[in-house]
Amino acid sequence: MLGYIIKRLLQLIPVFIVVSMIIFSIIHLVPGDPIDSMMQIGSTPEQRAELTARYGLDKPLPVQYGIWLAKMLRGDLGEAIILRQPVTALIAQNLPHSLLLGVLALAFSTIVGIVAGALAAVFKDSWIDRSVMTLILLGSTVPSFWLGLLLILLFAVQLGWFPVSGARTWSALVLPVLAIGLGGIALVARVTRVAMLDIARRDFVMMLHAKGLSRWRIQFGHILRHALLPVVTILSLRIGWILGGAVTIEYVFARPGLGSLLITSLNQRDYPVVQGCLLMLAIAVMLGTLIGDLVQAAMDPRVRDSST
Amino acid sequence: MALLSLDNVSVTIGRLHPLDGISFDLDRKEILGIVGESGSGKSLTALSVMGLLPLIGGKVTKGAIVFDGIDLVSLPETDYRRLRGKRIALISQNPMTSLDPIIRIGAQIDQVSQLHLGLSAVAAQARSIELMQQLRIPDAATIHGNYPHQLSGGMKQRMVIAMALAADPDLIIADEPTTALDVTIQAQIIQIMVDLVRERGLALMLITHDMGVVAQACDRVVVLYAGRVAEQAGVADIFATPKHPYTRELIRCIPRHGQAPGSLKGIPGTVPSVMDYPSGCRFHPRCAHAQAICGTEVPLLEQKTSGRAACHLTEVLAHG
Ligand SMILES: Nc1ncnc2c1ncn2[C@@H]1O[C@H](COP(=O)(O)OP(=O)(O)OP(=O)(O)O)[C@@H](O)[C@H]1O
Ligand SMILES: [Mg+2]
Repeated sequence: MLGYIIKRLLQLIPVFIVVSMIIFSIIHLVPGDPIDSMMQIGSTPEQRAELTARYGLDKPLPVQYGIWLAKMLRGDLGEAIILRQPVTALIAQNLPHSLLLGVLALAFSTIVGIVAGALAAVFKDSWIDRSVMTLILLGSTVPSFWLGLLLILLFAVQLGWFPVSGARTWSALVLPVLAIGLGGIALVARVTRVAMLDIARRDFVMMLHAKGLSRWRIQFGHILRHALLPVVTILSLRIGWILGGAVTIEYVFARPGLGSLLITSLNQRDYPVVQGCLLMLAIAVMLGTLIGDLVQAAMDPRVRDSST
Repeated sequence: MALLSLDNVSVTIGRLHPLDGISFDLDRKEILGIVGESGSGKSLTALSVMGLLPLIGGKVTKGAIVFDGIDLVSLPETDYRRLRGKRIALISQNPMTSLDPIIRIGAQIDQVSQLHLGLSAVAAQARSIELMQQLRIPDAATIHGNYPHQLSGGMKQRMVIAMALAADPDLIIADEPTTALDVTIQAQIIQIMVDLVRERGLALMLITHDMGVVAQACDRVVVLYAGRVAEQAGVADIFATPKHPYTRELIRCIPRHGQAPGSLKGIPGTVPSVMDYPSGCRFHPRCAHAQAICGTEVPLLEQKTSGRAACHLTEVLAHG
């Protein structure tokens, strides 16, 4: 297992290099001179030269990338142009909010999705199956930002159960988590259901029945355990989706977070901050995939053995 | 009284009728072979006895299955569960796919004695390892902790056999236990299984399509053809005086030295499909001796002293 972890970590290095190159070049893909777009009206030529030197823009591109990468690896993401703070400090302030929201939304959609999918599979073709899957289909067709607005209107404005916006109380998390998580339930539930029905047809399940195990024990002790393998795969792929959802939902609910920071700094063309946020999102996606793979390897001995 | 008795059992799956009036008895301590080509209904016969037909959408629509005085056809599921794995155990056709791939192999054997004998985890493990040793598995304690994919097919099938023996059943149903295995170890696995069954005085229903296996292991044999019993007799009789033309063909097709074993492709014609069984004797389109009556009337299993065959022409053939 340790060998497997090391191997998967090593595999991430080239991915990280490519991702960092893309994020690095964003600053050069901006129409016009990045310095022009960074300069405030009325800046002097000295200020311009100072900025150019500060960002190392007078050097050849590969050198610039090398410097940027080296600084980044030391934890230095540069200074925010508008907010005039180190980018790392801004990220440190905002990241925990996004992480909390993302993890809760992921946990919510995963748990509800697995339970719903398992119920639908166990009671296949019954009214339980049909109503669960219909509800889920409805939930999944609504975009999360729209759902967020609806939830605000109903539970915050009309009923006053939860705050409309902000992040000061725990109850302020409920609506954003629902808005992001509800849409995710459908996929998890459908994958769980299909996987359970597929696995129920395998030979080894017939043998479990032949051993005299009860139906429940077979469904939840064996079949569901297998069905969780594909669920973990799609979950690790969904980390990016959840974070993307967090970006818009933070904005809708006016919550602090990486998403709000990203959108604000995009509007203000604060490129070092944009780079920093994108880098964090990319790292989160990579870590999500890694964790997904590790969980899968922990659950499935065949995965462990085939990749070491 | 027989340990297991099937009386005129018919099975339906949807609109198909794959088993039609199957009758045979299996005594205590007896090894009964069930032979027939692919699609003749061997596995369905096993599933009927195990009460597992509902899993594939089938059910027993006619006849009686009685095990040790218990009527299995009307047995409630909760009672059936106490029988499965405990008194009647199944060894399935394909060891590659019959073990749970993400659970340690030993735990899968332990599960049976924990469930049915109420053993603790530790006691169950000790029992499983002892069983594995009886099945001549080297280094049983290590293998107990392995996962199925880490073992060879032959090793896996021994594990499935250990699983079947784990709760001391009265009857084991082995559905082509060696078909999926390497030819070189088939006879060995059969021998190990048969030795253990004999040692413990269990009854064994050995499903196979190989008359060679029947000769090696069985006391008596039931020949199935297209969902019906074609003939049943003691092993010595069936090889000395096969009564049904189909049985003769099966015996003719036993692989000799140097031939590919296990293959029944030697019988001319093809097995009829369950969707479209021929009228009268279902073997008549492939039978070299078929006469007019064979296509119109269903031959009944006639009671004979040594054996029984469902053929209109047994008398003619016996003297011809
Ligand atoms: N789940 C099912 N649904 C419909 N028909 C089935 C099903 N299982 C088996 N049958 C049909 O019932 C007949 C008997 O099948 P069975 O599996 O008992 O054959 P078998 O003698 O075990 O053959 P094999 O040697 O290939 O294992 C076949 O014609 C098969 O097509
Ligand atoms: Mg079969």
